[in-house]
Amino acid sequence: MSESGTIDNPFLVAIVGAGPSGFYAAEALLKSDQHVRIRMFERLPSPYGLVRSGVAPDHPKLKQAIQVYSKIADSNDFSFIGNVTVGRDITVEELCAHHHAVIFTCGAETDRRLGIPGEDLAGSYTATEFVGWYNGHPDYRDREFDLSHETAVIIGQGNVAADVSRILAKTVDELKHTDIARHALDALAASRIRDIYVIGRRGPAQAKFTAKELREFGELEDCDPVVAAEELILNPASQQELEEKTNIGSKKIYDLFREFSERASGGKSRRVHFQFLRSPVELIGESKLERVKIEKNRLSGEAFNQSARGTGETCEFEAGILFRSIGYRGVPIAGVPFDERAGVFPNTQGRIMDDGKIVPQLYTAGWIKRGPSGIIGTNRACSVETVNSLLEDLGTLSSVEINTDPQDLQQLIDNRGVRTISFDEWQRIDVAEVARGAEANKPREKFTSIEEMFAVLSRP
Amino acid sequence: MTTFVTDNCKGCRFTDCVTVCPVECFHYDDDMLYIDPDVCIDCSACIPECPVQAIYEDADYPEDKEEWIAINAEKAPNLPVCDSQMDPLPGAEERKAELGF
Ligand SMILES: Cc1cc2nc3c(=O)[nH]c(=O)nc-3n(C[C@H](O)[C@H](O)[C@H](O)COP(=O)(O)OP(=O)(O)OC[C@H]3O[C@@H](n4cnc5c(N)ncnc54)[C@H](O)[C@@H]3O)c2cc1C
Ligand SMILES: NC(=O)c1ccc[n+]([C@@H]2O[C@H](COP(=O)([O-])OP(=O)(O)OC[C@H]3O[C@@H](n4cnc5c(N)ncnc54)[C@H](OP(=O)(O)O)[C@@H]3O)[C@@H](O)[C@H]2O)c1
Ligand code: SF4
Ligand code: SF4
Repeated sequence: MSESGTIDNPFLVAIVGAGPSGFYAAEALLKSDQHVRIRMFERLPSPYGLVRSGVAPDHPKLKQAIQVYSKIADSNDFSFIGNVTVGRDITVEELCAHHHAVIFTCGAETDRRLGIPGEDLAGSYTATEFVGWYNGHPDYRDREFDLSHETAVIIGQGNVAADVSRILAKTVDELKHTDIARHALDALAASRIRDIYVIGRRGPAQAKFTAKELREFGELEDCDPVVAAEELILNPASQQELEEKTNIGSKKIYDLFREFSERASGGKSRRVHFQFLRSPVELIGESKLERVKIEKNRLSGEAFNQSARGTGETCEFEAGILFRSIGYRGVPIAGVPFDERAGVFPNTQGRIMDDGKIVPQLYTAGWIKRGPSGIIGTNRACSVETVNSLLEDLGTLSSVEINTDPQDLQQLIDNRGVRTISFDEWQRIDVAEVARGAEANKPREKFTSIEEMFAVLSRP
Repeated sequence: MTTFVTDNCKGCRFTDCVTVCPVECFHYDDDMLYIDPDVCIDCSACIPECPVQAIYEDADYPEDKEEWIAINAEKAPNLPVCDSQMDPLPGAEERKAELGF
């Protein structure tokens, strides 16, 4: 067998998932001193994962990270193979037979559940589906959200909850020149939502927003932030948390809540109310959501390790629509070990583990490795760690017998009746989206179905 | 919106910030790091990573750090990019302790 890692016989690495962690893994491999050829498989025709379908439409600057990714994709040693779902269109075993290593960067595509009665009533939605819908993700384009009620409830106080509430709170004028999907803009234009309650199970010192995102609620065109002063009373452990010098992020959040509570109302027509130490215990309604039953909590435990405990005191209020924004969750892929409790691929420094033993050839990075937290850049450090593990293992990986003929691999996929998309083809779709957007003074108008994307490619 | 490095970074250069920057916009000289505002996407990933709280955003910074906005903009584009972790400068740990972290 000829030696791997040379120009003639490069290491072949498959990356599963074209989000930030996939691209940062590719970048780290391409920067290494080994000759590596990368094939990035993505289930959608479009790359960029949650940068395209998660990051809010009114935060366009963050999407400039895409420029870094498209530069990586330009490398001669990189190919994008879109519209292929690993685990369905090609098995993990087949990927291993054609690559020295496979890195799973497939993100966390479903959501955690509250586990309370009424959770699945009509009118109770997940943030995941709402975000996918307004961002034009093909899986969610046909969802319908009943925005005809005056009161909406968001459960959870992380940045995704902030995105969902802000999109509900903004006027059409604030959104119409973003890349929000047209169907969402039309539906939001008819929204009758006036009061949005953003409810945390712990206190104001434990909210997971970041300052920049929370500050935006003070700057909306037609929505006031509301925090009742009594909501900001802290127990001693929370006071201790805020006094800790390294916990400056939480201190800033708390100070912003304080500022909101001291503001006179701007008399705007919508309000976002931040409430703490409350958990929903039941969603009530005949055929659809009518009321939410909430239990008051108190905190127990030491500073930085406090959890919410129900006090038994409950109340009910009317609400026609509720979004659960309590975190995303990974989805298993056949042939890869899965940690059911954490919803991740079990791993040590990116090496996938099964029952405490390393599974040869399989690696992971990003949300499916660490769990659904961290922002775009967090995945860069995460992917570098994984690639370092992989590079350390090259000695053993190079002795794995694989089929290096790209035609055999293409044939295998073709035989499944799958029409793959190359990066050049994606770029044609990209150009068409931008052109469509320009007509409506938007940075882009996404194609929200795979058929529409293919239609672009069949144009002369 | 601008994100910038201030003098707390001087003489320490831990570069934890660099490992999470999605767009490689940190640049360095012998003393410290600077952010290129034309490349930075203001994602704030670097801010909580810095062990000596040297990085601020222009919506919220101490008054005496104002000059650093211009210093970053001026210096960064002419300096080499720092795209991965470097060794801290000698005496970095002492400097961190001195700054009270
Ligand atoms: C609503 C929301 C808003 C966010 N906003 C911001 C923000 O403003 N700023 C910020 O810095 N961070 C933001 N984040 C966080 C950031 O998006 C994530 O940290 C990052 O996208 C995670 O990267 P990833 O590559 O692990 O996963 P993802 O970005 O989810 O990428 C995974 C990719 O894998 C593909 N895939 C999944 N399964 C398969 C399969 N079986 N076969 C082939 N492909 C597959 C998916 O289609 C997807 O393209 C946000 C997150 C969410 C949920
Ligand atoms: N603009 C941005 O930069 C941006 C935008 C969106 C997302 N992101 C990032 O993406 C990541 C994911 O965001 P996220 O908002 O999904 O997650 P998150 O930050 O982890 O927030 C989840 C929220 O849900 C709450 N929660 C969890 N389980 C609950 C339960 N059973 N009942 C009630 N509340 C519950 C959590 O409360 P506890 O604290 O009590 O667990 C927390 O408030 C984060 O790292 C975030 O910063 C960034
Ligand atoms: S982490 Fe802080 S101290 Fe270290 S290099 Fe970055 S800005 Fe400077
Ligand atoms: S804010 Fe984000 S893009 Fe700007 S320097 Fe920090 S990590 Fe890099």
